Amino acid sequence: MESYILPDRLCLKNARLIDPALNLDQVGDLLLERGIITSVGSVSASGNTLSWNLNGAIICPGFFDLHVHLREPGNEVAETIRSGQESAAAGGFTAVAAMPNTTPPLDQAGVVRWVIEQASFFPVSVYPVAAITRGRKGEELTEMVELRQSGAIAFSDDGSWVLSAEVMRRALEYSLLVDAPIISHAEEPTLSKGGQMHEGEMSTRLGLPGLPRISEDVATLRDLMLAEYTGGRLHLAHVSTSGALAALEAAQARGVKVSGEATPHHLVLTDGAVVGYDTSTKMKPPLREAEDASSLWKAIKSGVIAAIATDHAPHTSEDKEVPYDEASFGALGLETAVALLWDHGVGKGLLDPFEMVRRFCHGPRAIVGLPIPALKEGAPVELTVFHPDEEWQVDKTRFYSKSVNSPFVGWKLTGRPWGILKGQRWAGRVEPKF
Amino acid sequence: MDHERKNRPLTSRHLLGLEGLAAEEIKTILDASEAMKEILDRPIKKVPTLRGVTVVNLFFEASTRTRISFELAEKRLSADLVNFTKIGSSVSKGETLLDTARNIEAMRVEVVVIRHQSPGAPGFLADRLHSVVINAGDGAHEHPTQALLDMLTLRQKFGDLKGLRVAILGDISHSRVAMSNVYGLKAMGAEVMLCGPPTLMPRNIDALGVKVSYKVDEAIAWADALNVLRLQLERQQSALLPSLREYALTFGITLQRLGKAKRTPVILHPGPINRGVEIESAVADSDASVILDQVTNGVAVRMAVLVLLSAPEVLM
Repeated sequence: MESYILPDRLCLKNARLIDPALNLDQVGDLLLERGIITSVGSVSASGNTLSWNLNGAIICPGFFDLHVHLREPGNEVAETIRSGQESAAAGGFTAVAAMPNTTPPLDQAGVVRWVIEQASFFPVSVYPVAAITRGRKGEELTEMVELRQSGAIAFSDDGSWVLSAEVMRRALEYSLLVDAPIISHAEEPTLSKGGQMHEGEMSTRLGLPGLPRISEDVATLRDLMLAEYTGGRLHLAHVSTSGALAALEAAQARGVKVSGEATPHHLVLTDGAVVGYDTSTKMKPPLREAEDASSLWKAIKSGVIAAIATDHAPHTSEDKEVPYDEASFGALGLETAVALLWDHGVGKGLLDPFEMVRRFCHGPRAIVGLPIPALKEGAPVELTVFHPDEEWQVDKTRFYSKSVNSPFVGWKLTGRPWGILKGQRWAGRVEPKF
Repeated sequence: MDHERKNRPLTSRHLLGLEGLAAEEIKTILDASEAMKEILDRPIKKVPTLRGVTVVNLFFEASTRTRISFELAEKRLSADLVNFTKIGSSVSKGETLLDTARNIEAMRVEVVVIRHQSPGAPGFLADRLHSVVINAGDGAHEHPTQALLDMLTLRQKFGDLKGLRVAILGDISHSRVAMSNVYGLKAMGAEVMLCGPPTLMPRNIDALGVKVSYKVDEAIAWADALNVLRLQLERQQSALLPSLREYALTFGITLQRLGKAKRTPVILHPGPINRGVEIESAVADSDASVILDQVTNGVAVRMAVLVLLSAPEVLM
């Protein structure tokens, strides 16, 4: 995918403009001039203005995915920074946060700066999340101050829980120096050891060892208590159980500085999807039960969960086209997230459009303190474009990701991302027409 | 094998498990097994039914009993057979199951019998091969021919499975034998109780419509038949059991324990037996035991499955 340079003056016509922060939801036009929004609503295009008729597509402030795995450096067969950026643009994300479990891991300033530099050739911004501990081993803290100054927006040993409560305590304390959240992958590993899917009736039927919900609940509770004690800022990655949600909500009510994210697959799927042993349904935390998904939808609606994040985790066919218990954990997310939330969230009345845009745009940026784009005059252009009525089928031959491990392959969805506008550029799966 | 696939006696081309099989299909297999058993009683125990059919026995996991039983069944039916075991094959050199499958496909094998440690591995092959796939045990998922031979043995003993009370004892959470028996027995209208220590009972097992008990005396008093599972001796290493000794004292089936019940249930065991652990020798060798009948029935059941899946016209 190539990005397109936009003309100096471009009028986007006949769009549905949505910005919850401005209480804006109306059909109209948007005038963009050299990377700045200069007019919102009704634009009378003068002679030298090119226009692009969007035929009712939605334009909203750019979506930000707080949780993706770009696999570079180290596993460029599964994904590269560039292919991940293209996948993000095709999915309607103007920015992503890249997790540090690469090879080498993002535990030194040089690697963090290198990722940012590699990402600078394409309009999707990549914000590195640095490791909490050196080598993600859970033992010694990384040089958080230097990492933060080098561009890391948060700290996480994602994929591993910081096993030592002492180390996690010190990480939360030390992070007060850098004003960035510590992201927890809450999984108590002795309880989840050997597990392949959510422990319950389905794991019993399928004969697969279980990843019990208490593994997540116990880890979540410990980290919430540490955050409360230290005053550090905690963010819970991919919350998947009703127990962890209840603990998160109670902690927020007590004033603990804690936020949470949920993935589209935990909202839309349950452990029933594992029947047939499709390895695309294998991820951590695992797909849970209907009751958990229903609690997640409520938490997304209420704002207890402030961000939808995909946990986009590409894996090669060598890692996935194997028996279930030999397969790697993880599923693609970037290219299906917006359609899933629009179709299965807004379409089913579980969210309204404002809430959806907030969880994709405002919520995740607030967690890491990034400036929030807006649909107003004078604002820099950072916009997501998706069409609410376009029907499509998820086709594994058409992913921009280098991998195909999506549990939604074959699904028919309504609502489809077109791409993103960023500065004076367009990138997406649709070619601009002006 | 260019025969018509219409009017097959079994819905599926493969035997991946008993979950979802209708009572009528199970009855078809058990009836066919009786016909096969008659062959096994002849002086010359061989028929030409599967002449020209090639069967590969893919055993990725150690197995003596099941493998020999399948081999015998194949030989009795005059099939050509190839054995492929993990030791000494290219699997130990790192070949993936996918490549193994592609190679089998290229060799034009009609039937694949697979034993694999991964749940779902037989289905993985079935999705990728034109061959008929028979599950000979996949992890803790299913072991359909074992449950079928257990049911055949019970039917011979009791005449009918409907309303029969069968208790399955032991390490339920790691047992494909228990799972296949639950599906098969429930389909045939039997009642099932699962009994074992709570650490070896899988989560939400009651959702399968079975009774659950942690008390072996309760199971003995309730059951018409006890299916005593083999205890994997390594279970005590993972905090699941304190010791084999305590397991034997708490769950071992002894004559003394059986003596407390009003009537002695029929005793089954899928083998191989750990004498003195889950069952004492005096019980295994007693009149109540049908353990050796199970072994004989195993060959008959596997013959029946092979014929029904690869040459069903013979039986129709």
